[in-house]
Amino acid sequence: MNSKIIHGVNVVKEFDGVRVVDGIDFWVKQEEFLTILGPSGCGKTTTLRMIGGFETPTSGEILFDGKSITDLPPYQRPINTVFQRYALFPHMDIYENIAFGLRIKKLPESEVRDRVSNMLKLVELDGFEKRSVRSLSGGQQQRIAIARALVNEPKVLLLDEPLGALDLKLRKEMQYELKSMQQELGITFIYVTHDQEEALTMSDKIIIMNDGRIQQIGSPIDIYNEPENAFVADFIGESNILDGIMHEDYLVSFAGGTFKCVDSGFSRNENIEVVIRPEDIVFTKPEDGMITGIVDTIKFKGVHYEMIVMQGETEWMIHSTDMVQEGTEVGLHFDPDEIHIMKKVKKNV
Amino acid sequence: MFRKHSAFPYVLWSAVFIIIPLLLVAGYSVTTKDSQTGEVLLSLENYQKFFDPLYIKVLWRSVRLAGQATIICLALGYPMAMILANMPVKKQRTAALLFILPMWMNFLLRTYAWMSILGKNGIVNRVLEFLHLPQGHFLYNEGAVLLGMVYNFLPFMVLPIYTVLTKIDVSLIEAAEDLGANAATVLRYIIVPLSVPGIISGITMVFMPAVSTFVISALLGGGQFMLVGNLVEQQFLLVNNWHFGSAISMILMVLILISMAVLNRYDTSSEKEVNMI
Repeated sequence: MNSKIIHGVNVVKEFDGVRVVDGIDFWVKQEEFLTILGPSGCGKTTTLRMIGGFETPTSGEILFDGKSITDLPPYQRPINTVFQRYALFPHMDIYENIAFGLRIKKLPESEVRDRVSNMLKLVELDGFEKRSVRSLSGGQQQRIAIARALVNEPKVLLLDEPLGALDLKLRKEMQYELKSMQQELGITFIYVTHDQEEALTMSDKIIIMNDGRIQQIGSPIDIYNEPENAFVADFIGESNILDGIMHEDYLVSFAGGTFKCVDSGFSRNENIEVVIRPEDIVFTKPEDGMITGIVDTIKFKGVHYEMIVMQGETEWMIHSTDMVQEGTEVGLHFDPDEIHIMKKVKKNV
Repeated sequence: MFRKHSAFPYVLWSAVFIIIPLLLVAGYSVTTKDSQTGEVLLSLENYQKFFDPLYIKVLWRSVRLAGQATIICLALGYPMAMILANMPVKKQRTAALLFILPMWMNFLLRTYAWMSILGKNGIVNRVLEFLHLPQGHFLYNEGAVLLGMVYNFLPFMVLPIYTVLTKIDVSLIEAAEDLGANAATVLRYIIVPLSVPGIISGITMVFMPAVSTFVISALLGGGQFMLVGNLVEQQFLLVNNWHFGSAISMILMVLILISMAVLNRYDTSSEKEVNMI
């Protein structure tokens, strides 16, 4: 038994000579909730489609339980997909939609009936058997799409931005439901989204992609707290990203000052980038601050205020529940362990 | 108010060119002209006359030939539409254009062209002669009429099916494959059911002109294969009995209306659904 249920090995996909997925390696363990996160056009959906069998990799391999499935058509893979726009069959009622996969397997009608009605209970839509697809709301269609995939008891469920078309409140609700469904059924989920908050809430493991390459793989906490590069830091939550120089282990200078930090292992005087999360910065009196600046703009965000402090030409974003008037001179303070040092990467434009 | 007024040209148009002529035809069909006195009398004699086995045979032949032509058009047209719809978009446009191109030529001209292809000294016989094979009579038989129908009306089958096929959401096909359906299953349970509206309008658009044609049967059938259309033409232009001609037209019209109503019954359920996508 291989614990890596899906394993992508140096997967490349080109469309008309353009590399959409540029040699990625990844795996997902059994019963894990993996999210592939990235901005649109980063190759995340293409990656998912290659796992599902809707695209064939230009090179590289996709292994299922250690065996290559690279050249198998979708209908021979023990994987099911929930599509972005649900893709329910409009000429069939809800029952027939969910039963479709079972009918193809030629299961006896009594078993089909049991499994369909169990699924409808799971997604809390029992009694909807005879309804037509078009009579359902977006959220209900979504649940049916999930039921239609799960009824086949796949080893892996692929979800392509399944909540993208729902409103915010429903989306949050569905996030919890999906997560609890995944834990209850013990199925591996591979989830594609561009919504960083969704990824942080639901996943066991996140793959962050940009320009067809993997930027970082890690748990939500690791990715938030220890972003490997400026792209990840910027994409996951708000952050202040500054150029700096690592003088020696545990000593870094940026923004006109030299500060203690907790990172090591860089070469002497290496050019690096520094990330400080806006919620990790606290206001002090100007004379006590590590940095001083003038409050430029204030936005009310509900729980906190978002303030921009100008230190000369440098912008600092600060999240705080305390409001400081515009034009006030303030000091900024942050602890050594809140300074995250990242290797500088060449930016792909 | 404005809307009501802007519909006026259309109302006028349909009154002058559709409703009045229809009423005239209906009027002619239920009257007869006394040959001696020239008096016009109300009568159902024309309809009665049609139920002569001679005319019923002609009607049956028309329906049968049109039906056969429709089935052949569907059998040829559906795969053609699928091939067209699966081409890359750029090629698709060119291919669709090539398909419509012959329709820009005069219908009569196209049918005459077939006469010279199938005729006694036509291209087919010349080729057979060249290959030292026995020559045949290809013109002036039922097969020639059928060929003419299929040739002329095939685009009317392909185009509506093609249009519906291109509108089918690809993710539905992918979803079916994802759920374990191979190509044949996808075709049978997804593509064909979703293209029913195209099939219905294709059938209507082929069957209707085929059942009432008189040019094809006159030219390629050589007058030996009289269809209802020829019967109407004959009554109006040769026999000069507009009353009987009108009655035949009315019967044909009712026949077409009934077949359309039957077809629409299949259509309504699926069309709504497909529009939704």
